[in-house]
Parts: sequence; structure tokens; C-alpha cells
Amino acid sequence: MAAHAPGAGSGSGCSGAGRDTPSAPGAAMADGPVADVLLRRLEAADGGLDSAELAAELGVEHQAVVGAVKSLQALGEIIEAELRSTKRWELTAEGEEIAREGSHEARVFRSVPPEGLAQSELMRLPSGKVGFSKAMSNKWIRVDKSAADGPRVFRVVDSMEDDVQRRLQLVRGGQAEKLAEKERSELRKRKLLTEVTLKTYWVSKGSAFSTSVSKQEAELSPEMISSGSWRDRPFKPYNFSARGVLPDSGHLHPLLKVRTQFRQIFLEMGFTEMPTDNFIESSFWNFDALFQPQQHPARDQHDTFFLQDPAEALQLPMDYVHRVKRTHSQGGYGSQGYKYTWKLDEARKNLLRTHTTAASARALYRLARKKPFTPIKYFSIDRVFRNETLDATHLAEFHQIEGVVADHGLTLGHLMGVLREFFTKLGITQLRFKPAYNPYTEPSMEVFSYHQGLKKWVEVGNSGLFRPEMLLPMGLPENVSVIAWGLSLERQREPPVPRP
Amino acid sequence: MPTVSVKRDLLFKALGRTYTDEEFDELCFEFGLELDEITSEKEIISKEQGDKKAEGASDVVLYKIDVPANRYDLLCLEGLVRGLQVFKERIKAPLYKRVMPNGEIQKLIITEETAKIRPYAVAAVLRNIKFTKDRYDSFIELQEKLHQNICRKRALVAIGAHDLDSLSGPFTFTAKRPSDIKFKPLSKTKEYTACELMNIYKTDNHLKHYLHIIENKPLYPVIYDSNGVVLSMPPIINGNHSKITLNTRNVFIECTGTDFTKAKIVLDIIVTMFSEYCENQFTVEAAEVVFPNGKSYTFPELAYRKEMVRADLINKKVGIRETPENLAKLLTRMCLKSEVIGDGNQIEIEIPPTRADIIHACDIVEDAAIAYGYNNIQMTLPKTYTIANQFPLNKLTELLRHDMAAAGFTEALTFALVARTTLLPGLLKTIAANRKMPLPLKLFEISDIVVKDSSRDVGARNYRHLCAVYYNKNPGFEIIHGLLDRIMQLLDVPPGEKKGGYVIKASEGPAFFPGRCAEVFARGQSIGKLGVLHPDVITKFELTMPCSSLEINIEPFL
Repeated sequence: MAAHAPGAGSGSGCSGAGRDTPSAPGAAMADGPVADVLLRRLEAADGGLDSAELAAELGVEHQAVVGAVKSLQALGEIIEAELRSTKRWELTAEGEEIAREGSHEARVFRSVPPEGLAQSELMRLPSGKVGFSKAMSNKWIRVDKSAADGPRVFRVVDSMEDDVQRRLQLVRGGQAEKLAEKERSELRKRKLLTEVTLKTYWVSKGSAFSTSVSKQEAELSPEMISSGSWRDRPFKPYNFSARGVLPDSGHLHPLLKVRTQFRQIFLEMGFTEMPTDNFIESSFWNFDALFQPQQHPARDQHDTFFLQDPAEALQLPMDYVHRVKRTHSQGGYGSQGYKYTWKLDEARKNLLRTHTTAASARALYRLARKKPFTPIKYFSIDRVFRNETLDATHLAEFHQIEGVVADHGLTLGHLMGVLREFFTKLGITQLRFKPAYNPYTEPSMEVFSYHQGLKKWVEVGNSGLFRPEMLLPMGLPENVSVIAWGLSLERQREPPVPRP
Repeated sequence: MPTVSVKRDLLFKALGRTYTDEEFDELCFEFGLELDEITSEKEIISKEQGDKKAEGASDVVLYKIDVPANRYDLLCLEGLVRGLQVFKERIKAPLYKRVMPNGEIQKLIITEETAKIRPYAVAAVLRNIKFTKDRYDSFIELQEKLHQNICRKRALVAIGAHDLDSLSGPFTFTAKRPSDIKFKPLSKTKEYTACELMNIYKTDNHLKHYLHIIENKPLYPVIYDSNGVVLSMPPIINGNHSKITLNTRNVFIECTGTDFTKAKIVLDIIVTMFSEYCENQFTVEAAEVVFPNGKSYTFPELAYRKEMVRADLINKKVGIRETPENLAKLLTRMCLKSEVIGDGNQIEIEIPPTRADIIHACDIVEDAAIAYGYNNIQMTLPKTYTIANQFPLNKLTELLRHDMAAAGFTEALTFALVARTTLLPGLLKTIAANRKMPLPLKLFEISDIVVKDSSRDVGARNYRHLCAVYYNKNPGFEIIHGLLDRIMQLLDVPPGEKKGGYVIKASEGPAFFPGRCAEVFARGQSIGKLGVLHPDVITKFELTMPCSSLEINIEPFL
């Protein structure tokens, strides 16, 4: 059953349990007995009738008459209904009690016999406290404090007029207007009266008025189609302003949808995906192989999560490790090196990888061992881990996007050209490049794009040519350059696809 | 990336011209710096401690400039100005000279006790220097910047600067038991033993970070003059006796540390930056350091190194076509004095002592590119021809993700940080965080878990898992089971015990309700479990409804 269908009550079970049901039209059944009576009364009436009065006459809830009015309205021009709001005075529960049994002060007066009553006893009566002070101020009673067994209350007058009760009875009889404004407001202050707003309909005959309203069909049914009865039946109109029922489906995670988009871009550009399915990495591949010195701040406990178990890598490619060690501590391959004591223990330390460049280093090392050298384009998108305090702009875990191209004679101009194509596919066309420092790329450049919303240049990625001190110990040919760039998936916006 | 804070007006005065903020920002960008913030002391205090505390603070405009982490020569106003002026060809890079003193050379003797704690020391003298308030502040600030960066928070190198006229050499760098070291430290009025000082500084917001470097060592490093006056107890604090003031004319600088190379670099940077204010500009008086083995060295090194780079290498790496003469000019603008020599294609580059970051020809190539202007480089596409391949495991994951969503399950992305061995807890946490959502909750995640594996080089490996949970008023085992059936259908794995098929068999597991757990076997191996979660598990995650789950390894289906 569609949400637009007439008669679709809330919770009619058309959608999954507990799901929000789109607003259904609030029509009650059009052919109830109340609607029948209403139409007959209207036929006889002069001009029209009031829904509240009709309810009172029929002895039904006003809401039942309102329902009948609405269902008749839904049938077209049968009736016309004009919404009116009227104000009315009603008794509160206490007001009802007083109208019935008299005011508290009258009840106090009546309970005092001519010979008087001990005040303590009087105060114990249900109306005692309120009634006593009122009766005193009305001068109906007095207190004699000289009595032997405590203060005693005596009548002052023989009889009195209970105006409060009389006035409340008038209101109950629908004659509130006979009271003066001042009298009403005094009763309201005593919380005996309240003013209520009543929304009623003034119902009159419509242009297609008829007392015999034929029953309308809610929906087309298979039987109607096979019998052809739909030709002769009237159908209730749909409420097209109601919301539809949401399709029952699962959803992909928005950030991972962006990941899919980036994979797609790389694949379109001819980049092959690198394996990155090892969150645990040795310091060797994560840092040393990238020519990141062992005292580099990134290798501090404060920045990196080191593992307790397995705390150390079991195997390292020792030939290559020695070349890396020499390059760090003494230089070589045209480099001065960092001139410090390189320690194997430090390189063995396992950690949660701090960048996927560790995976790129492994991939380039595999490439270097394959002879002859073949040019490659690689990419990866996967999780990396940093020891950060979480806040709105820092995560201890995020996804790094990385692209790598290795070929003979690649230049900084090539890197910029590839970046331009890559970012153009993301819809980012205004780029500029800033010199920067990365331990494992030289030259290095940060990529900035102009943000139309922020009206300024914002950094969108980091890039460079991998250092010879990283590539040559791997065994890559000397005239091969490797350009690379990286960015964070979490900083990218959601792709423009329809969302639930 | 270190941030250097300089007074704008002082900077412009030194640069000999003024800039608008935008112009200066542009200049920084071009040079590889970043004008990070324009502020004032008043603004900083008011931001950190409220307007009240900021009252009366200076509102002199400050530029906060981000400097690349390897450019120690740009960590103070003096260096920044020199770098930019040379870049803009307004001045030539100065030539830094080490000179021998007229009288006796200052000596620092290292004893062998230092070997186990802080074996290296270097020293130099700035003679006839003239401080002003701003110069003095910059001198202190540079030491602090060096301490925080290249010195690795004083662990590798610590700097001490002293009023030479208050001391009498030769100096001794030794190590002693903390109870045997007693002196009046900077800004204290009485003497303390080293033990007492370590206690006092435990509550010092600045110094407490350095205590760990020597705290548990039996001997602490200390430097004395010939009269037994303590110059410093590196890397913690200097003595008050030799404190430098605005009136100090002769400064003795010592750098001690555990990394000899870095100690030499730090000393070179300080003296090159501040010899600008010496009577003989850019000259530094040598000091002699005698090592425990009796060998003696003279510092600062202030070494100039020559490198030879072919012009076509620079052109080829950057992707430009400049003449060797032009390239030499570009490099000279980066404080790398260069000239064309030999066959006319060779460029000889002089690496000054300020540029310890230049360790390879690629560093020279970068400087040429910066001077050329990164944004002037022609962008081209490499001709590299390649056929793209997906990583098979990720390809399978991508295919399955879409089918899981099509099956009515919503994808979650949860943290892997704990190097977890199962995805289930992450999904249960996600459900707990989304309890307000209408039932049923149907979630899945396909991601990696980590297990120890001694056959792998690092001793651990990832497995790609698929996990799904169903959370509703009823356990919905049949729904999770149906999802498994659907997955197997998609993977083309038929039901049944036959080879290549899949079955589920009654099993148990601590996370599951007894009798409501089954193990999944596919392609002849166990790949995971499914079942109704144990109420104890459900309540531990602060959940209230029944829940069923499935978790399998998808790698056998590659």
C-alpha cells in the first residue's frame, strides 16, 4: 500500500517494523454513522450547522464529528466546512466540585453549629484551611480566643449567599457571559475556571451536496481488474503531498565510496594496485629503506605505535640492509649520508605502518630485482597509523592514497603533469606547487589547490622524486627516476552521488 | 615543521623594504616557506589565557613562518633575511671564516667519564659581538629552535652560551656523580647539588622534558672552567655565573651531545648566524677540543665543500632547458655559489657550512628548481605505457561490498588500531553508537585483521575478513545464514560437502549462545563462524536486543 493511498492509517504494516511511516492522510472512514447523521441534519438545516453543537446533541466525542467532516470533504464538493475557533469557559475539576457541593467557605460556615466549634477541629475538615480564611474575610464567622479549651469559632450571621457556587453553576450551564469580567477573572485566579479554545467546523452544503454518498474504493485490486468493476467504481483521491516509503536497502560507507572513486581514477590512468595488506611493518621498510634516519622525530614513540609482540621483524633482506646501512652511516651513491651509527636493532623494530610508502618501498624493491627494468605505475589506498591525540582534525588512523611512477628520465615537470591530470579527474583544476621537505623525496613539492569556499589556497597533497639514496641501494638503474605523491582519503569530499 | 616567529617591522627593516601581507606570503611560498599566521604577543596570550592576561602585552605584529625541517639556517630572523636577500639578489651570500685568536686559543678538554653519557663536545668563540635586546632574544630563540629540532629535544645535542670574560679557560667537560656536582644554576640565587636540581626541575614546565636524558645515569655531564666554576650541566641547565647579558662582548659556545655530526652542524649554524654582529663580521674565533684519546680538533668546522653537477642532469631532473650559466645563477641565489667550469656543461657548486641539508646532487637539483620557480616549470605527461591491474584481494572486496549493500546491509568503517584479530567488536560498537536508529540494524564490514605468523618477515600478517551483524527483536539467525548463502552463491561456491562446496556445522564459541553457533567450511577449510551472540556479549556492549553475526575469511575465494 502506498503512503499516498487514502485510508492508509499509520502503522498499517506496509513497511518494516519500527520504520518511520510516511505521513498518511488523516481521513477517518467516510461512511460512518456520524457522517450519515451529519448529512441528514445538514439537509434539514437552514444554512449550516456547528460541529461542536452536533457532537453535543448526538452525545459523541467532537473528534468523531471532525473525522466525519474530513472524510466528507475528501469526497469532493459534497459539503463545505469552515474552520472556526471559539473561546469558552470551562470549570476545572475543583470548580466542578464547588458547583456541586458549594464553596469551601460555605462548607465551613455550614459546619459551624450555633454553639460554636473548636478551631482546631474545624481546621481538620477537608475545606477547613481555605474555607476558614475566606469565611473570616466574608465576616460569616468569628473566633473567640478566650474560650477555656482553646480558640473557638462562632457564626456571625444566621445565613449567607454562596455566590461562588452560583456563578460556577452559571458557567456550567453555558451562561458564562452573564458573569462580569471581574468575577470571571477572580474565579480563574482561584483555579476554578479555565478558558479553552475550541476548534470547530461550520458545515454547510457543497455544490454537489447529496445525502447518499456512494462508498469510494481505496485501491485498485486484482479482482476489480479481472471483473472490470473498476469501470463503475469511484476511487478515493491520493494525497500527493505525503512522503513515499523509502526503499529497503543497505548502503555503502561514504568514505569508502570515495575510496572506490580514487581507485577508479588510478585505474583509468593505468596505475596498478600495490598489495598493502600488512598493517604491521618493520622500521626497516617503514623508515630505513626510505632513507629516513634513525634519530628522525617520526621514529619516536610519541609519533609512532611500536609493537610489543611481535616486537621485531624476523627476516630482513640482509644484502640490501647492508647497502641501506652504508648509505645512512657513510653515504655512497653520490651522497654524503647522515654520518651516524646505524643500528640493525632499530631497523628490526616492528610498528603499525605510518604510511603506505612502506608498501611502495617493498614494491619498488621487487621491481628492482626484476631484470631488465620495466617502467611501472603503481597506486595504493589503505590504512596508516600515527600516534596522534584524536580531535576534530586529527585521527590516529586514516587512509593514505599514494601514486608512484618509475621510468627512465622522469622529471619534476612530469610529476606536475601527472598531478594535474589526477586532480582534474577530481574536479580540482587550480593547482600550484610549493617547495617542501620530505625525508625521502628530493625535489619535494606540496600541492595546493584554490578553495572557492575558503577563498584561499589549501594543501591537498605532498609529492616529489624519491631520493637516489632510497632507490639506488634497492638496485634500480641510475637513470630511472621515481615520482610519487600522497594524500589523505579522509580530507577528500564525498562524491556527488545520490544519497538516501 | 618548525615555526619561526619574527617581528614584522624588524624583518622589513632588515630586508630593506616593506611588503603587504599578501606579497610577503607570495615570497614565502615561492621560497618554500609558509607564512602561517600573522599575530602579536597580545593576541597569542589572549587566545591562550584570555583577554585579561593579555592586557599590557605587546601588540607588535609577529609573522609566524613555517620553515622546512631540514633548513636550520632559516630558524632565526638573521638567517631568514640572509636567505631571502640572496634569493632576491640584493646581497651576496657572506663568506664565513674561522680565525685564530690573537692570544691563546680557548681549550675544552673532554675526560673519558663522558664516554657513557655524552661523549662529544665542540666549541667556538664569538669575539667582540654587539647584542641589542632584539639580537639577544633572537640568539636565545635560535638555540631553543635548534634544541627542539635537529637536537631532538636536547637528546642529541645541547647548546650552552657563556660570557667568556667571566670565565677562565681551559675548560673541562667531564661527568661526575650528581651528589658531587654543586653550583648556582641560571636564574637561581643559591647553589644546589645536581640531585636537588633534578628534583626542583621536575615541576619546571620547560626543563622537566629534558630530565629523562640523564636522570637514571650514575654520572652527570658537567663543564668546569679552570677555577672550578660550572659553565653548564648539559643537557639540563647552564650555570648562573657565566650567564650572557646584553653587555656580553665575548661569547663562548659549547655544544655537547651524543651525535658528533649534529653537534658540529649546530655549532656551525649558531656561529654563522650571529657572527653577523661581531666586530669582524662573519668571522668566528676557533676553539680547540681535546678528546679523551688525546687527539685535538679545532672548531667550528665552517667547512666549504665543492660539488660538481652536470647542467644537463639538472635540466633532465627538473624538466627545463636552461643554460649552464643560468643554472649557476639560479643556484647562487640559493646561497650555493656556483660557476660553470670545464667543458662548459659542468657546474661547480660551493656548499656553505650553513647548508648541511645538501648531501646529494638531488638537493642541488631541488634548489635550482626552487630558484627557477616550481610554478614556471612546464607540465608534461610521462610517456610511460602501462596496463593497470587491480590487487586481486581488493577487487574481490570491491565486488562483495556492493553485493552486501544490495543484500540490505549497511557498510561500517571501524578502527583497526588495536591490530584486532576479529571485526565483530567494531561492528558491535557501531551498533551501540546507533541504538537510536530504527530496527533492524544490519551492518557489515570487509576489512583486514592481523594475526601473528612466523612465516612472514615481520612475524605477523593480515587476513581480509567479512563480518556482518543483524540486530533486532528476534535473533535472526536465518537472516545471517541467508546472507552467507547469498555470499556463497555470488562466489560460485555450491552448497554441500562435495569438494569445492560449503557447509555449516554445529560448533561453539565463547561469543555465541550455546547451541546457536555453527562453523563455516568452504573449499575444504574452516573459514569462520556464524551464530546468535551470547547475552553476556550483547550486554557487555550495552546492547539489549538479540543479535546474530557472521565472520569469515574471504581469502580462500581469490
